[in-house]
Amino acid sequence: MSLSDVFAAARAESRAALIGYLPAGFPTVEGSKDYLRSMVESGCDLVEVGLPFSDPVMDGPTIQAAAEQALAAGFRVRDLFDVVAAVADAGGRAVVMTYWNPVLRYGVDAFSRDLAAAGGLGMITPDLVPDEADDWMAASEAHGLDRIFLVAPSSTEERIAMTARASSGFLYATAVMGVTGARDVVSSAAPELVGRVREHTSIPVGVGLGVRSGSQAAEIAGFADGVIVGSAFVSAVAEGDGAVRALTADLAKGVRSAAATV
Amino acid sequence: MGQFTPTPHDPDARGHFGPWGGRFVPEALIAAVDELAAEYDKARIDPDFVNEFKRLLKDFAGRPSLLTEAPKFSEHAGTRVFLKREDLNHTGSHKINNVLGQALLTKRMGKKRVIAETGAGQHGVATATACALLGLDCVVYMGEVDTERQALNVARMRLLGAEVIPVKSGSRTLKDAINEALRDWVTNVDETHYLLGTAAGPHPFPLLVRDFHRVIGIEAREQILEKAGRLPDAVVACVGGGSNAIGIFHGFIDDADVRLVGVEPGGSGLDSGRHGATLTVGTPGSLHGAMSYVMQDEDGQITEAHSISAGLDYPGVGPEHSHLKDIGRAEYFAVTDAEAMEAFALLSRTEGIIPAIESSHALAGALKIGPSFGPDGLLVVNLSGRGDKDMDTAVEYFGLADGGQA
Repeated sequence: MSLSDVFAAARAESRAALIGYLPAGFPTVEGSKDYLRSMVESGCDLVEVGLPFSDPVMDGPTIQAAAEQALAAGFRVRDLFDVVAAVADAGGRAVVMTYWNPVLRYGVDAFSRDLAAAGGLGMITPDLVPDEADDWMAASEAHGLDRIFLVAPSSTEERIAMTARASSGFLYATAVMGVTGARDVVSSAAPELVGRVREHTSIPVGVGLGVRSGSQAAEIAGFADGVIVGSAFVSAVAEGDGAVRALTADLAKGVRSAAATV
Repeated sequence: MGQFTPTPHDPDARGHFGPWGGRFVPEALIAAVDELAAEYDKARIDPDFVNEFKRLLKDFAGRPSLLTEAPKFSEHAGTRVFLKREDLNHTGSHKINNVLGQALLTKRMGKKRVIAETGAGQHGVATATACALLGLDCVVYMGEVDTERQALNVARMRLLGAEVIPVKSGSRTLKDAINEALRDWVTNVDETHYLLGTAAGPHPFPLLVRDFHRVIGIEAREQILEKAGRLPDAVVACVGGGSNAIGIFHGFIDDADVRLVGVEPGGSGLDSGRHGATLTVGTPGSLHGAMSYVMQDEDGQITEAHSISAGLDYPGVGPEHSHLKDIGRAEYFAVTDAEAMEAFALLSRTEGIIPAIESSHALAGALKIGPSFGPDGLLVVNLSGRGDKDMDTAVEYFGLADGGQA
């Protein structure tokens, strides 16, 4: 199963894929395995396993606090691969979302090798643009991993085209100019950005930043191939497994209710 | 050579100094750094921009700054020492050079809002000053720990009309203030310029911050030739992010016989782990948008820097310094808090100049290497700022309130 299979399977059902994010090690290493398995069981087609980092410049307060908590509890990079393996062993599909410095420090090739060995399918790199990604291009080829780069409302046509060419699996479109965090309304910039992306590529497009409810998921599923939810899952963890499963189910229903407009 | 003339030491088109620098930022910010780079490329060859910048340096900042011989301090250093008096600039440090340049660029780009980070408060005060002068809205992010260490500078910024936001995340110091400024920038980039205060960050910041500070080295070279009749044996500057150092180094970078010496904050000592000696003991990494030496653990988590000087309390450093270290053109070592405070007191007592604690690291470095040059040697030390802002720290460190003597 590769990422393209994940999106193909969703497309075959005329719906968008649901992609849920949770940091590894939050609230504990074992706890993150349990919650990610719950997300898989109750409807996430793909999970993003976050790597807690000391300086998360793309993250709002919710994910910052989760990363701080994980690090304070002693999270180590090697724990990430355990968490990914736990998801894969449970039949889930996982990619890693990480700031670049921990990968650099581990060694780009070694990190890719260990991620692939754990059953991970690829990596989302919020502070690595393709311009600086030569090592990652080579390592991802060598180890059969997908490269998920980001595009933003501020991206030029030229950069969207270049970023799409460098990406595989799917392209991550940030719905708003800003950091991660649940918002009340879906940005009007998102459909426009996805429309621009489609001019340049047929690669699936996932939309993230600010999504927290089934109705928002349905709205995004009307124009995107994947709906990405992060901070809302982190918040749900504070309320326990029932809340995580309920949120997943609500979102899973959302990505299916916009089927007619895909 | 003019301050904005391209040099053989400029980075490549994507901002790389050797393997260092570049752009490790979210895609959402690429358009903004591209716009900034394009605007700077036009501005640096536009006589209107260059002349307006020079006029502000002269009529507002008070340049050129003096080069002062320090004969009694020299006796302690065992060699002849001149001080480049950036402490005499308006707002009390070299920081004014860069903020005036970037504030003018902000106006050229048609942006109305400026954000900045600050550690000691020098860059924040300078930014608030330039924004007041040029009619720009100003928001300064400052680690909560630093707002306590530098309460007077917080008051100064507010008096100048800036909004100061204490940053409560992470280590609540300079690196976290930069994180928060980057988050603001990615959210408000259309109308906002991030006026980065040091020669670090994504391209083109290391290039343009350096160029705005090149005036320090250009003046110092002319002044030392006039006063001493020859080039110095070494130029000494403190290095946190490295902006004052890169500015003065560039005046002498093509003078192969002039040693370029950067002095890092050794905190409680390198063995203690409590320091900010990024170039001396750091390892390669990406932080705040560029590849450089950084202080990190074996997992690539950035570690906290420690220094008695808030302005040097930073676990990264500019990419050009990383390059100059690698190619051997500049050399870097650390002095401890105690050595810096000793130099702080010594210069105050012997020369009647109270230096910033940041600059005191350069002075301590000069005391350390001075004897190796002997009485016929000649050093230029960049006195990057004045120490008024550091009096609370000095009062506590030396017990001055209880009749103590430094």
